[in-house]
Amino acid sequence: MSKKIAPVTQSDFIKAYRLMLTSRVLEEKLAGLYRAGMIKGGVFLGRGQEALSVSVGIQLRRGDIFAPLIRDQCGRLAFGDSVLDTLRTYLGSQLGSMRGRDGNIHRGRPRDGYYAMISHLGAMIPAVTGALLARRLKGEQGVVGATCIGEGGTSTGAFHEGLNAAAVEKLPLIVVVANNQYAYSTPNSRQYACTDLIDKAIGYGVGSHKADGTSLLDCLQTLRNAIHTAREGGGPQLVVADLLRLVGHGEHDDFAYLDPKLKKSAIGSDCVLSAEKHIIENGWHTAEELAAWRRETEEEINATADRVRREPSPDPSEDDWAALSRPEYREQYAAS
Amino acid sequence: MITYLEAIRLAQQKALATDARVFLYGQDIGSFGGAFKATKNLAAEFPGRVLDAPLSEDAIIGMAIGAAIEGARPIVEMQFADFSTCGLNQIVNHAATLFYRTNVPCPIVVRLPSGGTSGGGPFHSQSLEAIYAHWPGLVVVTPATVEDAYSMLLEAVNIDDPVIFCEHKFLYYHLKAEKLPDTALPIGKARIARAGRDATIVTHGAMLHESLAAALELTEDGYEIEVVDLRSVKPLDTDTILASVARTGRLLCVSEEWPWGGVTAEVLARVSSEGFGLLDAAPMRVNAKDTPVPYHPDLWAAHRPTASTIAAAARRLLQI
Ligand SMILES: Cc1ncc(C[n+]2csc(CCOP(=O)(O)OP(=O)(O)O)c2C)c(N)n1
Repeated sequence: MSKKIAPVTQSDFIKAYRLMLTSRVLEEKLAGLYRAGMIKGGVFLGRGQEALSVSVGIQLRRGDIFAPLIRDQCGRLAFGDSVLDTLRTYLGSQLGSMRGRDGNIHRGRPRDGYYAMISHLGAMIPAVTGALLARRLKGEQGVVGATCIGEGGTSTGAFHEGLNAAAVEKLPLIVVVANNQYAYSTPNSRQYACTDLIDKAIGYGVGSHKADGTSLLDCLQTLRNAIHTAREGGGPQLVVADLLRLVGHGEHDDFAYLDPKLKKSAIGSDCVLSAEKHIIENGWHTAEELAAWRRETEEEINATADRVRREPSPDPSEDDWAALSRPEYREQYAAS
Repeated sequence: MITYLEAIRLAQQKALATDARVFLYGQDIGSFGGAFKATKNLAAEFPGRVLDAPLSEDAIIGMAIGAAIEGARPIVEMQFADFSTCGLNQIVNHAATLFYRTNVPCPIVVRLPSGGTSGGGPFHSQSLEAIYAHWPGLVVVTPATVEDAYSMLLEAVNIDDPVIFCEHKFLYYHLKAEKLPDTALPIGKARIARAGRDATIVTHGAMLHESLAAALELTEDGYEIEVVDLRSVKPLDTDTILASVARTGRLLCVSEEWPWGGVTAEVLARVSSEGFGLLDAAPMRVNAKDTPVPYHPDLWAAHRPTASTIAAAARRLLQI
């Protein structure tokens, strides 16, 4: 099957890199806004995970389903989310897709196949599984659904239940595990006891794919294979990428628990820098060109942030405070 | 004669027959027909739309949510209400928050075979309507008659919001009706199951029948008790409750749930604050005892409210 899969081209690589750059610059902006006290709530960044994340989002098609998680800013942009909506959600603009009702990474547009994660880790796996089941019942073919999770999330019951159920139904689900060595402060030695997380795949009866999370080329190719296999009827695919989270759990976290040996190891290298090196070494673009791209991206993101900061906040007196879609069912009795 | 259980089966059959978006998902519901046979023959009649699920309540509910986002109308069966706690997170944090957060509704129906039966024990007897009612974003219904079991399930499938359908196992076999209704009160409206003038009993589920028996017993003493069947606990039809209390001046709430923070507590709170002036006596309530539901039939019979404990409470209320 894999013979039919096209190799990653220069233009694929560059397109993915530009999204990584946008994501990196956007996250740097978010961190700055957080330090300046302008963000409502927390900030959770995907620094170091852009190569993996972009490889998922960019290789899905319109009509596929994507349920990103905490560290998927880059995959979100690749799947069609915008810098504007990201900033609106973090800055609490009323114009954001979540209208101030939810924030930061908890955003999406389910009608477009872009699911809005709930915090509870693992929960999106059954949801995407069910979405794919519904698509199958409707007679749709060639659709896949992908969702991402950290190695910590693989320890939840929902991960197990969702992946198992998807396997039983042979649904085209791709579960992408970013094994970034820490779940908040918890190291892998306290998270799981198998040699490699990918070994779980055989237990569930699903396809398995290992990726080098620091290499954009490897991530793109691996996800391409996994998505293709699922799309062709190969059932669920588990992808595990080893990498290192290059920031604290959230911007409030000083990451003091980071083992310096990990930082110096191969998985500690920065996928954005590696991608840049790859581009320059292949003679595709010069360092100066890349620096110019970065400046352009920064300018654009700064301008968008300035614009969003002037947007209105949600007005409590205008919110309909409706948890149910049908007005007759809303509790008239609610305290006010 | 159609039993309460058969009414649930027939409602699902009709939903499957009339709405291509509907599918059923749950443990043992396929060719086996479900632990209680609420889906008997449906897998054969509707191939590919009545699916056996693995033993995974989180996945069952989570999958229903994803399917609903994609336009399906899943009806999922928890084998017993008690096991829905293993899927609690998906219900209360995912299904219940979806519309508020994303403006996309979540039309799922979660069937909970609820309440006690003799010998059921601590883990096959629970009444969980109050915990689900606690979370915003859910509709929680408790049909107490064959007619309501049928019409409310059909109505639930057409509701765009998540519905927790608390069907009572005690009523499955021995509650019977001649025929199924063509029309029904809408969900959200309570029903005066028995008119009266001396006191109001507000109840739901299997306790409707215990309360009606208690009301009958009290006619021997010359009392006419009004009995209100809530039908849905969320939304709660406060207007009908208050109108009844306005007629009778006395309120007794009866529920098979545990007492702490349950439906009776909510009804009493509302009537006490909104209808204090209507009351001639302090409102009362009767609930199950605050222990796990016991297994032994004798302990179980004493654990839950019955016609005689309800009648005794009503007598105290009437004498104040
Ligand atoms: C079920 C659940 N328990 C606890 C948390 C709190 N929490 C948020 S992120 C996190 C760590 C997640 O680690 P991992 O899954 O490895 O992802 P990473 O943050 O490393 O990307 C924890 C414990 C949660 N969101 N969900």
